[in-house]
Amino acid sequence: MPIQVEYMGMMLTVEDVDRENREFFGFCAKGEFRLQRGSESGLLRYPPTTACPWTGDREYEWALVEGKGTIHSYGEIHHPIQPAFKTKVPYMTLVVDLDTQKGQPTEHEALRIGGNLVTTSGDFAPPEIIRQVGIGTRVKMLFNNIADDFALPQWTVDTEAEQPEKPWRYPEDEQEQLKDENY
Amino acid sequence: MPASTETDASTNKFLRGKYAICGIGETSYRRGSEESTRNLATWAVGNAMKDAGMKATDIDGMLSYSGNDSTFSPLIANDLGIRLNFYMDVHGGGSSTEALIGIAIGVIEAGMCNTVAIFRAMNGYSQVRIGGTGARSATPIIGDQIHHRAYGWQSAGQMFAPTFLRHMYDYGTTPEQVAAVKVAHSKHASNNPKAYYKKRYTVEDVVQSRIICKPLHLLDCCVETDNATCIIVTRLDRARDCPHPPAVIQSVVGRCSKPRGDIHLHYQTGPISTVAGHYAKNILFRNAGVGPEDIDVTGSYDAFTFTTMLQLEDYGFCKKGEGGAYVSSGAIELGGSRPNNTSGGHLCEGYTHGMNMVIENTRQLRHDVDDSCPTDKNGKKQHTYTYAEGGCRQVRNAELTANLGWAHPGTGSAMIMAKDTR
Repeated sequence: MPIQVEYMGMMLTVEDVDRENREFFGFCAKGEFRLQRGSESGLLRYPPTTACPWTGDREYEWALVEGKGTIHSYGEIHHPIQPAFKTKVPYMTLVVDLDTQKGQPTEHEALRIGGNLVTTSGDFAPPEIIRQVGIGTRVKMLFNNIADDFALPQWTVDTEAEQPEKPWRYPEDEQEQLKDENY
Repeated sequence: MPASTETDASTNKFLRGKYAICGIGETSYRRGSEESTRNLATWAVGNAMKDAGMKATDIDGMLSYSGNDSTFSPLIANDLGIRLNFYMDVHGGGSSTEALIGIAIGVIEAGMCNTVAIFRAMNGYSQVRIGGTGARSATPIIGDQIHHRAYGWQSAGQMFAPTFLRHMYDYGTTPEQVAAVKVAHSKHASNNPKAYYKKRYTVEDVVQSRIICKPLHLLDCCVETDNATCIIVTRLDRARDCPHPPAVIQSVVGRCSKPRGDIHLHYQTGPISTVAGHYAKNILFRNAGVGPEDIDVTGSYDAFTFTTMLQLEDYGFCKKGEGGAYVSSGAIELGGSRPNNTSGGHLCEGYTHGMNMVIENTRQLRHDVDDSCPTDKNGKKQHTYTYAEGGCRQVRNAELTANLGWAHPGTGSAMIMAKDTR
C-alpha cells in the first residue's frame, strides 16, 4: 500500500516503488533523521536519491544524523499559492546547512535541508519569531507526526545553541512591522 | 572530455554562422484569450510562416514545449496543411527556447528535415496560471515533491527566493538595485504597442509594491498572459531567400546545469548565489568566438527582476557580485551601453517562457523593431533612436545579441545571434 496522508488539506502520496522516500519518511515517523550514506563514498546525501551523486554507487545504509544546523538562506512567503497555506502567511521556507558534513567533500557543498520555521510545539512560527530569524540563525529539527508511517521534518530555533547577535534579514522589516501593526 | 577542448570553436565545427532564424510570429499578449492553445498556436505559426514568406510545403519540422498545458505539434501541422518529416513536443518551460533551437539545428544537420517551426502556446493567465495558483497548486503531491510542496514551497518565486536572498547576503545587493530591472524593462515596454503593461515604473513603485515572497515584491515578478509565439529555423542559405534579413545563429547552449541538481533545484552545491550561466558561458562565448564585451543587446530572462541580474552577472557582463550595480547603472536601458529585453520582456510585454526575448533580438538584428516609429513605403520602420515614452526602441547598431534563458537557478540555456554579414 502506498503511504497516503492528508496534511493541511493536501494529499501527500509516497508510492510503494518509491523505496527511498518511503524509508526516509518512515524513519521520520519514528523520530529519526536518517540520510543515505553511500557505501563507496562514505558520504551522506539529501534529499533521498537512487544512487550516490559522487560515485554512482547504488548501495547505501541509512545513517542516523543529528538534526542541527544553521540557516543558509530562506524564503519568507507573504502571498500564498497553495490554498492550505492561506492562513499561515507569513511563513518561512528554510534552507539549512547541517553541521554534519558541512563543507564536505568540497568547500561549497553541504547537506542543505528544507523545511518551515515552526515553534517548539510544531506550529508555524508567528511573525514576532520570524522577525528574529535569518541567515546564520541556529536551528534544530523536530518532526510533525502526521501518520503512523509518515512524519515531516521541520525546523525550530535552537534555544540551547549560541545564536548570532543579529542574523541577516531582508532589509525592510521596520517598514513592514508598521504595515503589520496598521492592519 | 574537458569542456575547454570539446567546445573550442576555432575550427568552426560547431556550426557557427550556418543556421538562422528566418521567421517569427506572435499572437497578441493578453489576459483572457478566449481561444484554445491549439488556436493560439495555429495563429502564431501561421504568422511566422507569413513573416518568413513560407508556404506549408516549406516547413517539414516542428518542435514545441509545455508543462502539460498546451497543444501538440501534429495538431498544428495538420491544421496548417504541413506534412512533417520530424516533430517533438518537449516537457519544459524557461530555457527551452534556445535548447529547442539547438535541437532544430541538430535534426536539420542530421538530414531529418529542412526547416523547423518551434512554438510555445499557453493560456498562462486564463487556464494554467504561470504563478502557480489554481490548477497547478491543486495537483497531487507525490514522492519527491513532498520535500518542497508540503512546505508551501511551490511557485517559481518561492523556489528561487533562497537563491535571490543569498545573493543579497553574499554581495550586498539591494532591493533598489534590482528594481532597476523593472524600471528598464517598463521603459522599453512603453515603446512597444503590443506590450501587456506599457506603463513606466520607478524604483519606488517596485520597492513599495507589496511583498509576495521575500525578496520579491509584486513588481519584481513577471506578468501572466495568454499567447502563442513561433520561431522558424533553417539553414542560412535558405534563410537568405526569405523576405527579412536572417538572424544568424552563432552558438547555442541548451539546459546547461550546475552540478548535483535536485528537487530543491540546486542547493547541495554552492555557492547558491551562482547560477547555471556560470557554466553555460564557457560554451556560449567559445562557440560564438566572441566575448560578453562584443554583445550589443541582451535578452536575459526576466521571470523576476533577480533572474535578469543573476544571469547578466554569471555570463560575465559584469564582475561576479556586481550585478546589482550593473543593472542599476543605466547600462541595460535603451540608450545605455547594452540594453536588455528591449520589448519589455516577461516583466511587461508578456510571458512566453523565453520565446519573445528571442523574437525581439531577431527584430533588433533586422533593424525593424515594431515600435511606433513611422514606416517607409516598403513597410520598413524609419527609426528615430530617441527613446522617449511611446517612441523608438530600435538599438542603433545592433549587430550581435545574446539570449540568456532561465529554467531555474541550476539550469539555463543561451544563444548568440548576429546580423547577416552578406
